[in-house]
Amino acid sequence: MPRRHDLNSVLVIGSGPIVIGQAAEFDYSGTQALRVLKDEGIRVILVNSNPATIMTDPEFADATYIEPITPETVAKIIAKERPDAVLPTLGGQTALNTAIALDEQGVLEEYGVELIGANIEAINLGEDREAFKGVVERCGAESARSEIVHSMDEALAAAEKLGYPMVVRPSFTMGGLGSGMAYNERDLHRIAGAGIQYSPTSEVLLEESILGWKEYELEMMRDKNDNVVVVCSIENFDPVGVHTGDSITVAPALTLTDREYQKLRDVSIAVIREVGVDTGGCNIQFAIDPATGRVVVIEMNPRVSRSSALASKATGFPIAKIATKLSLGYTLDEIPNDITQKTPASFEPTLDYVVVKVPRFAFEKFPAADPTLTTTMKSVGEAMALGRNFTEALQKAMRSLEQKDGAFDFAAEELPAEQLAELVEATRTPTTQRIHQVRRALAAGASLETMYEATGIDPWFLDQLQLLNEVAEQVRADPSLTPETLREAKHHGFSDAQIASLAHTREDVVRGVRHALGIRPVFKTVDTCAAEFEAFTPYHYSSYDQEDEVAEHAGESIMILGSGPNRIGQGIEFDYSCVHASMVLREAGYETVMVNCNPETVSTDYDISTRLYFEPLTLEDVLEVIDSERRTGGLKGVYVQLGGQTPLKLAAELKEAGVPILGTSPEAIDLAEDRGEFSDVLDRAGLIAPKNGTASTFEEAKRIADGIGYPVLVRPSYVLGGRGMEIVYDEASLSRYLANATEVSAMQPALIDKFLEDAIEIDVDALYDGEDLYLGGVMEHIEEAGIHSGDSACVLPPVTLGPDVIERVREATLGIARGVGVHGLINIQFAVASDILYVIEANPRASRTVPFVSKATGVQLAKAAALIGTGASIAELTERGVLPTHLDGARYPEDAAIAVKEAVLPFSRFRTPEGEAVDSLLGPEMRSTGEVMGLDRFFDTAFAKSQAAIGSALPVEGRVFVSVANRDKRAAVIYVKMLHDLGFEIVTTGGTAQVLRRNGIPCTVVAKLAEAAESQRSIVDMVTDGEIDLIFNTPSGGGEARGDGYEIRAAATSVGVPVMTTISEFGAAIQSIDAQRQHSWGVMTLQEHEAQLAGGAA
Amino acid sequence: MTTTTAPLAGATEPAVLVLEDGTVYRGRAYGARGATLGEAVFSTGMTGYQETLTDPSYAGQIVVQTAPHIGNTGVNAEDAESRRIWVEGYVVRDAARRPSNWRSERPLDEELEEQGVVGIRGIDTRALTRRLRSVGSMRSGIFSGAEAQRPEAELLEAVRGQASMKGAKLAETVSVGETLTIEPADHGWSGEPLGTVVAVDLGIKSMTPRRFAERGLRVHVVPATVSFEELRALSPDGVFFSNGPGDPATADEQVELLRRVLREGIPFFGICFGNQLLGRALGFGTYKLPFGHRGINQPVLDRSTGKVEITAQNHGFAVDAPLEGPVTAPQEEFGRVEVSHVCLNDDVVEGIRCLDVPAFSVQYHPEAAAGPHDAAYLFDRFTDLMSAGSQKAGK
Repeated sequence: MPRRHDLNSVLVIGSGPIVIGQAAEFDYSGTQALRVLKDEGIRVILVNSNPATIMTDPEFADATYIEPITPETVAKIIAKERPDAVLPTLGGQTALNTAIALDEQGVLEEYGVELIGANIEAINLGEDREAFKGVVERCGAESARSEIVHSMDEALAAAEKLGYPMVVRPSFTMGGLGSGMAYNERDLHRIAGAGIQYSPTSEVLLEESILGWKEYELEMMRDKNDNVVVVCSIENFDPVGVHTGDSITVAPALTLTDREYQKLRDVSIAVIREVGVDTGGCNIQFAIDPATGRVVVIEMNPRVSRSSALASKATGFPIAKIATKLSLGYTLDEIPNDITQKTPASFEPTLDYVVVKVPRFAFEKFPAADPTLTTTMKSVGEAMALGRNFTEALQKAMRSLEQKDGAFDFAAEELPAEQLAELVEATRTPTTQRIHQVRRALAAGASLETMYEATGIDPWFLDQLQLLNEVAEQVRADPSLTPETLREAKHHGFSDAQIASLAHTREDVVRGVRHALGIRPVFKTVDTCAAEFEAFTPYHYSSYDQEDEVAEHAGESIMILGSGPNRIGQGIEFDYSCVHASMVLREAGYETVMVNCNPETVSTDYDISTRLYFEPLTLEDVLEVIDSERRTGGLKGVYVQLGGQTPLKLAAELKEAGVPILGTSPEAIDLAEDRGEFSDVLDRAGLIAPKNGTASTFEEAKRIADGIGYPVLVRPSYVLGGRGMEIVYDEASLSRYLANATEVSAMQPALIDKFLEDAIEIDVDALYDGEDLYLGGVMEHIEEAGIHSGDSACVLPPVTLGPDVIERVREATLGIARGVGVHGLINIQFAVASDILYVIEANPRASRTVPFVSKATGVQLAKAAALIGTGASIAELTERGVLPTHLDGARYPEDAAIAVKEAVLPFSRFRTPEGEAVDSLLGPEMRSTGEVMGLDRFFDTAFAKSQAAIGSALPVEGRVFVSVANRDKRAAVIYVKMLHDLGFEIVTTGGTAQVLRRNGIPCTVVAKLAEAAESQRSIVDMVTDGEIDLIFNTPSGGGEARGDGYEIRAAATSVGVPVMTTISEFGAAIQSIDAQRQHSWGVMTLQEHEAQLAGGAA
Repeated sequence: MTTTTAPLAGATEPAVLVLEDGTVYRGRAYGARGATLGEAVFSTGMTGYQETLTDPSYAGQIVVQTAPHIGNTGVNAEDAESRRIWVEGYVVRDAARRPSNWRSERPLDEELEEQGVVGIRGIDTRALTRRLRSVGSMRSGIFSGAEAQRPEAELLEAVRGQASMKGAKLAETVSVGETLTIEPADHGWSGEPLGTVVAVDLGIKSMTPRRFAERGLRVHVVPATVSFEELRALSPDGVFFSNGPGDPATADEQVELLRRVLREGIPFFGICFGNQLLGRALGFGTYKLPFGHRGINQPVLDRSTGKVEITAQNHGFAVDAPLEGPVTAPQEEFGRVEVSHVCLNDDVVEGIRCLDVPAFSVQYHPEAAAGPHDAAYLFDRFTDLMSAGSQKAGK
């Protein structure tokens, strides 16, 4: 039966910016969906505020709206486009929530728009906990048992039935007030007693605890004919209590018998039917009591999810693509399996390998945050690896994290016996380090039973860790590295580096011995069917096994090294550039080879490149892939400049190994990274950098700082993303910084730069081919220098820079690109202070802003860079129309729309160990996870859109709290006056109030937290109670960490009130508020924007 | 003779797997030590190794598991599908060091050793599967202990000396010796039995009579050599032919028995081997598939409803019947027949249904142990067919 023919246009809702819990996987899903819809000849309309996505490339839709994903804005798009249907199941919770709101507001009905993929009833049944409990019951399955009680007697009676421990939750209290875990009757008296008091209805929910149970997830698909398949089963390494996004997970499930697995499958099918997901996918989570096998359904998501992206990569079954086809009315048996070509999608993938996903965390960026893992997801990315057994997959995944404490450290000194008990105790709390602690405790003699009792991790997994310990012991005992020992170690996933540290030798020596012995990995294929049928898609992974399956290349091949797991500072933007390179090089006739280990990404979709290797991006793994490529065809070269620092740091060693590096050479990369050499480059180009120096001791640092004058910017050398960077205003702070900076040593000195106060920061992305420069984009930061460029909002074209400044930027960019010897992309950060142009830093690689610039200017910089790497010149690319003639970063049509990029920050995810929100103050260390773009004719509305898109829409009326540092008071007056004139009520604290009143601005004074008397309400109370609509608070500088500012910002983070922490951002906000009060914004497509940009030529 | 060395080495005892085409895989001994010969086949199920091992249809075969970890959940008394392990030999990649499951009673390798099943672990099972997929199922042998030390040429000679699965008559060797009766009351049925099924054991799995019993049917499991008179003496409301090992072309006695059942108008249901025998009784031929269907993820289309079911399968032979029907059976006395189910992977006949006599059968395993339960409705269909039959018979 063909698809439905009543659908001619479909609106797809994306997931917006990358945030914790909703990341690049939705670009992967969305891109697949758009490709399916286009192939079907449907008019495709897309809304997604995230410019760093592949899905928002204009060629993937007929109308691409980079607009805030709010019900109001999406309603405008629907009014303008009149789609036949909305597909809301591929954009995460954001899209689903938007669809529900559109339905509730009657928009769908008003415009006669149908929801496809899932219906409102199904979405609600999945979302509403009580309703879902009913579903589970009707399916003959169980949810966690619970009882509602109103008195202690009832509570004690309920405890008889539920057993300890149990979760106690008072009804209708805010933010979990009064809830807790009762382990015994005494706890129950204490918690439930208080709970009955707290609850306005004297009502307390008691629920049996499933903490420590085994956790599983099934990924399901269902079509309109009620055909259901399970795509994948996933088992959590960590028991219930750790969010599945933060747990190590394994596919397929490894510790269930068929009977137990089929029970989960039966329940899943019953639930998907009962909920009514009839054309798409869903996932269902289960907990299993490890002692009795009792099964409890935890929850279901009636949409494509992070897990389904993982399941797609793990199995080769493209869930999003198939979900989209099902939503159009196809049935599973009508859809071919791409990989086997001959068999249909109506089957269940079977794996002959093990897949392990490990989360990547960023707690080092939030030192105040409690690193305990809970049911709130906190990881910022993940790595996945495939192996022919669990140990191989686990170790590959762990080294894919590229973190110092990522892979197991088998060579760590032995644990003194007296510390074992302490270590075992530590493993009771799940943290990022728990797997390391467990392995170490086992190595130190703790029994599996002890560790099982402490952690609840299945003994089978614990035994696998013990197996690794035994293999490590074998290596330690055989440092001469016999073939037997090496094979055994490799069979269990040990890296050359791990073997080297155990054998007290160097990694390259191990590699040399291994290669001499012919112990090399083979590359297997992900084929959905365990080799039952021939596979036609070259999606490979390495294993130390026997038979290699990589076919000969048909032509010249080019390898692109990806960016690995998402982390703060290196995210989807780099994957975007890798994907673009692969696309354009394929068009140019090359066979492309992608190497990456991040399952969320578009680059690891098996049909983006000619060939995909799902491998860790370590030197060892990459060298083996290169060897495979050399065996199977003509490898022309490798790109290391597109995936961020991950591949870039391999450049020199790859070159040493004789691998041709395409684009900018490793020598040129070094030139930009070495401060001394780079400073020579600047000298030759007649450019200056802020005064700086390098120090390994406080005395040296003091001398340098005295020499260049405070404030200074200090940071450890060789760190990324502004890690550990701080602005220091005086000697005392400098001393404190160095005392705390453990990363500073003689080997890794601190870098000290003059901090340019009130400077305007400028970001540039440009292309250089050895001769010509193409100035891709000039972005003006909205926050002044001192805020990490990744966290700062910026605008393209610059809105307050004069043409002469921009011309100087162009000249400076040319000078640096030429001096460094760039062949491809370069990103430079400048600062303008007192009309002097300073060079902050240069990176001869694709930057985080490439996708934003490409969306804003309609010029595909990454594609052009990839072509330059193969020898094309900018002149040729201009002639071929890849680069425009009339437009560049300095020449932007007057009437074209303005693009604002804004960062989204994850503060609300984190809590201190005391349960309070962490500080949301921006600084030189990057902490944002993603970005949005606001596009409009004028800056004010573009900025307003960007704020709405990050979920902190600016108020157009209400109450503003103002409290600024002394140095900002003068600048703040005019802005506060404007807000007052716009009708806002101004609330402030003592010091600022006096300044405002003397300037004729009436304001209400509230107490600071510290000043508030017992009965008095402080500003923090007002914020918490939602009485403040906008906060303007600039920090008083120095080491202020625990002051009032922190309390206010933390409260704002908890309740989601917009906070402005710099004068410039506040100014932009006021412009936007004014604009919004005058007119409601319109929506425009990227295609319309590009037409305008092109029209600028005439 | 090509020899490849598996990546595993180490101190444990060596073992060797030899295929009739001369391919040799070296690994480590697993289960019992010694020599074993059989037809090498691969099974792609990720769960259910215990059910696979104890499925009598695997008699005469060396089973290769494509799932890389085997033995993780140990062995328990509930999940066995018959009284013993039937596979001739067992090939896995990574054998569990210890089981972990609340139902586990003992480790799998212990069970294999006790039942004398020679196995091999630590070989590239994917390479082996690809070999079997491209060459087809092959005669093979596993040799461990002292046997592994014999020259490869000798081992190959032994492998090539064994009989082929084509033409093998095995059902009688796995069948029960005497009649067993399974009562509905033992499987959660509270009322009086609704009827009686006589199940001819050609290699029956224990889940099958249980599926009947759960629906209120009393089941007499009878030996493969049962005569029609013996069968009729049990007053069946329906007759069932089970799955089983070997080449259906050799089962002439059972085909004759089935023809008499059909002539009498007794409702009939067959699974797997039973499907092949219904095909033969109707006059169709059977043939050997290149590498068979063995797994629990096989998509089958029920042509009457247009719905797809994910099925458990384990068959090396199939019925050769025209896909487009209905047609008159070559054995014309049985009237019209149609192919009711097909495998969507390769269009192999997965079920046949008679339109003029009360009989149908499927090639796959609706009892599903191991495997998904999508096809359980077939037991209801049979129940319905029997009640229609008894109404017609005026019972």
